[in-house]
Amino acid sequence: MKAETETSVVFERPRTLEPVRMHYCPGCTHGIVHRLVAEVMDEFGLAERAVGIASVGCAVFAYNYFTCDMIEASHGRAAAVATGVKRVRPDLFVFTYQGDGDLASIGIAETIHAAARGENISIIFINNAVYGMTGGQMAPTTLPGMKTTTTPHGRDPKVAGNPIRVCELLSSLEGPAYLARVTVTNPRLVREAKRAVRKAFEAQLKGLGFSLVEVLSTCPTRWGMPPQEALSWLDDNMVPYYPLKEFVVGEGLSELK
Amino acid sequence: MMVARGERILMRGNEAIAQAALDAGCRAYFGYPITPQNQIPDYLAAHMPEVGGVFVQAESEVGAINMVYGAAAAGARTMTTSSSPGISLKQEGISYIAESELPCVIVNIMRGGSGLGNIAPAQADYFQAVKGGGHGDYRTLVLAGWSVQELYDLTREAFDIADRYRSPVMILGDALMGQMMEPVVIPQEVVEPEDLPAKPWATDGAKGRPRNIINSLYIEAPDLEEVNLRIQGRYDEAAASEVRYTTEHLAGAKIALVGYGTTARISVAAVEQGRAAGLPVGLFRPISLFPFPSGQIADLAEQVEAILVVELSLGQLAEDVRLAVEGRCPVHLYGRTGGIVPTPAQVLGEIERLAAEK
Repeated sequence: MKAETETSVVFERPRTLEPVRMHYCPGCTHGIVHRLVAEVMDEFGLAERAVGIASVGCAVFAYNYFTCDMIEASHGRAAAVATGVKRVRPDLFVFTYQGDGDLASIGIAETIHAAARGENISIIFINNAVYGMTGGQMAPTTLPGMKTTTTPHGRDPKVAGNPIRVCELLSSLEGPAYLARVTVTNPRLVREAKRAVRKAFEAQLKGLGFSLVEVLSTCPTRWGMPPQEALSWLDDNMVPYYPLKEFVVGEGLSELK
Repeated sequence: MMVARGERILMRGNEAIAQAALDAGCRAYFGYPITPQNQIPDYLAAHMPEVGGVFVQAESEVGAINMVYGAAAAGARTMTTSSSPGISLKQEGISYIAESELPCVIVNIMRGGSGLGNIAPAQADYFQAVKGGGHGDYRTLVLAGWSVQELYDLTREAFDIADRYRSPVMILGDALMGQMMEPVVIPQEVVEPEDLPAKPWATDGAKGRPRNIINSLYIEAPDLEEVNLRIQGRYDEAAASEVRYTTEHLAGAKIALVGYGTTARISVAAVEQGRAAGLPVGLFRPISLFPFPSGQIADLAEQVEAILVVELSLGQLAEDVRLAVEGRCPVHLYGRTGGIVPTPAQVLGEIERLAAEK
C-alpha cells in the first residue's frame, strides 16, 4: 500500500522572469536583483501593464530576462525614456534598471531631473563601484583607493575625484517619494532589499512620485576576487561608505523592517 | 484659446508648426529652449494641455529626444523641436529612434553655425539632416517648406509619413521660416489620436500578446545587417513614393535655379525679375530633401544649359544636385553663410553673370 503524499511548490521561478540562461558572471548579484524585481512584479500582478527600461552596462540584456514589454535605452538616458513612456501612458507601470556608470556618470542629469520632477517611475540602481561590461574602469562610485583599469594605482580623489552618493544627492530634492540603499550580501539583507523594491513599486502604484532603490552589488570578475570574498569585501568596504538606509519614505509607505 | 479655422489668419511659422502637430493628433511634446524656435514650445505649453496632451520642458535636448523615444515606443504621436546646436545634441537619440524603427517628428529651425554661431537664418545643417546626422547607417526623411502654410501642411503630414515608414521625419526650416508671419488657413478637420491605426509593435503593456521589445542592439552581425536592410528598404519605398518638389517658370528655361525653403522663396522673386528682363530662367524647388528628387533633377539637367544652386550654406545642397546631375550640365553655386540672407537682386546678379558667360 502506497503512502499518500501531498506535494506543493515551495519555490519556483517568478512568472515575470523569462526561462532563459542569464549572461551574468558567476557570483554577480544582478541575478538576485532581477529575481527580486520579478517577484515583486508577480506580487503586484504588473507583468501585463509594465514597461521596463534596460540601460547600457552589464544589464544591457535585461530586456531578454523580463516577460513584460521592454525598451533598451541609450547610455544614461533610461530615466528620460521612462519619462516619455509614463507621461503618455500613466496607466502603465514603468521601471528602469541601471548601473552606476549609466545612472551616476553619463546619466546623472537625466536622473536628477527625473527625480526633481517627481516623475512617477521606479529606478533599480545597481552600484558595484566599477564599469563591469567595458572591462573594469573607474565608476563614479569607485571607492577612494580602489584599483580599476583606469585607476591602476587606486583611485586618488585629488586626481580622479570623489565618489558620488546617489541617494544622499537625491535626498535634497522634493520629487522623490522613496529612496533607499540596500544590498544583497546575505539572506536577511536580500529580504530587506525585496521590501525596498516593493515599497518603491508601491510608491509608483500609489502615484506618489519618483522612487529609486540603490542596490550595492558585487562584481567578482572586475574586483578580481572569488564570489564569497566579494560579498565580504562589499560588507567591509562599500557599506561603511554607502550606508544602508531609507532616505526618503513617502506618505503612506511604511518604514522598512 | 482655440485657433480660428477655415479662414485666413496671420500666423508665425513656428506657431503654424505647433498648431499642425496638435491637428495631426500629436499629444506628446518634449523640448528645450533655444532660439529661434522658442515660439513652438511656448505655443504648445499653452495649448497642449487644452487637448489633454503632454508638454515637458526637458533638462536638455538629450533628455528631450530620449523622452520622444519613450513616448514613441509607447505608441504616441510625439514631437521635439530645436535649432542647430540643439539638433546636434539630439543626434544620438535620433540614431537610436531610427534603428529602433520608431516614428516621430523632429523640427530643426536652423540658425547660423558652426558652433554657437548666431540666431540668423541658415541652411548649414543640410548634410546633418539628409545624410543621417548621428552614427550608423540610417537616414531621416526630411521635408522643407517655403511658406507658413506649407510649414503647417508638411508638419501635419510628417506625422503620417513617420507612422507609415516607422521612421523619424524632420521638418527642416530656418530662422526666417520660423519667425516670419504670413496668412495661413488652418483647416477644420483635425486628427484625433483615438482614430489613428493601432501600433501592434508598441511597448504599452503585454496584455494578451507576447511581450514587445524596442531595441537597437543586435550583437550578431547578420541580425543587425538584416535590420539595416529592412530599414533601407523603407527608404527605397520612400524614394518611390515620397519625392516632392515644385517648379516655377521652367518652360523654355536655359538656366535652372535649385533651392529649398528660404532660398527658393528668394530665388523665385529673382527668377520673375529675370523673366521680366527676358532671361530664360526658372526654379526647381525640392520639398523632400530626403528622399531627394534626384531623377527629376537629372531630367532637368538634360533640358537646361546650366544649373545655379542657391543655398544658405557652402555647397551642401549643391553636392546632392551634382550627384543627381552626373555631369549632364554645369552646376554653379551661389552659397551664403553665417546667417547672411541674399536679396532677390543679388540672386538676379548671379543669374545675369551666368547668362553673360554663355
